[in-house]
Amino acid sequence: MLKVNDIIEKIGLDIRVSGDMYKHVTGCYISDLLSDVMAHSKDGELWITLQTHPNIVAVAVIKGLSCIVITNGRLPEPDTVKKAESENITILTTPKTTFETAGLLYNLLRSE
Amino acid sequence: MKIKDSIEGCFQLMGGDFTNAGTASSELKSILSKLGVSQEVVRRAAIAAFEAEMNVIIHAVAGTMHYVVSSEEVRITLTDMGPGIQDIELAMQEGYSTAPDWVREMGWGAGMGLPNIKKNADRFKIDSVMGEGTTLEIVIYTRKD
Repeated sequence: MLKVNDIIEKIGLDIRVSGDMYKHVTGCYISDLLSDVMAHSKDGELWITLQTHPNIVAVAVIKGLSCIVITNGRLPEPDTVKKAESENITILTTPKTTFETAGLLYNLLRSE
Repeated sequence: MKIKDSIEGCFQLMGGDFTNAGTASSELKSILSKLGVSQEVVRRAAIAAFEAEMNVIIHAVAGTMHYVVSSEEVRITLTDMGPGIQDIELAMQEGYSTAPDWVREMGWGAGMGLPNIKKNADRFKIDSVMGEGTTLEIVIYTRKD
């Protein structure tokens, strides 16, 4: 199974906070609605979102997500970075849209 | 699980403190894991606790999250000094929310919180008094039978 660092290398994501890079990526969930992520994401999934505020880190911790990918060239807020560092959660960013990022990730995860 | 007597604790919650939102629930999650509670129970307790914690942060001035863990169950009680819930039946409906727009822009306030708590709890009770506050009691059984 692919790990966070494999994904970064293969689809070219920028590392903003480096947490557990060897965590297995079991799948992907995409949503900007935090309660939706709370309800429907699964342990080990990579989460693609446009949200940049500190609560995304808490969601990732509670749900045991493998990492957070922020798309569209958005950057995590300074408080988000601080929180992710203390909670050991990886935050990645990309200038690509959510659609493009999801497409690349879909092909990658399917090919495994 | 090796719990002889029950273990309990309490967290203080500050209304409006979005930066530290989730801290109490994350801590509860790690406490439950360390106690040897099954992963599935830890997962459900953490989700329910976090949604309830967010409700206090979004709607109330302050509140507490109290937990009791025994060999039978995990019981989480949230008591807040908040506006109270006018119509509990309506509040339980998926999609209904009274959260302000700026909270919705953060991705909260989709009206999924209370239904999600209910879904993850084995027993769930709300008591609310308008103008005083709300108490949520969430119980998750730790035994499989």
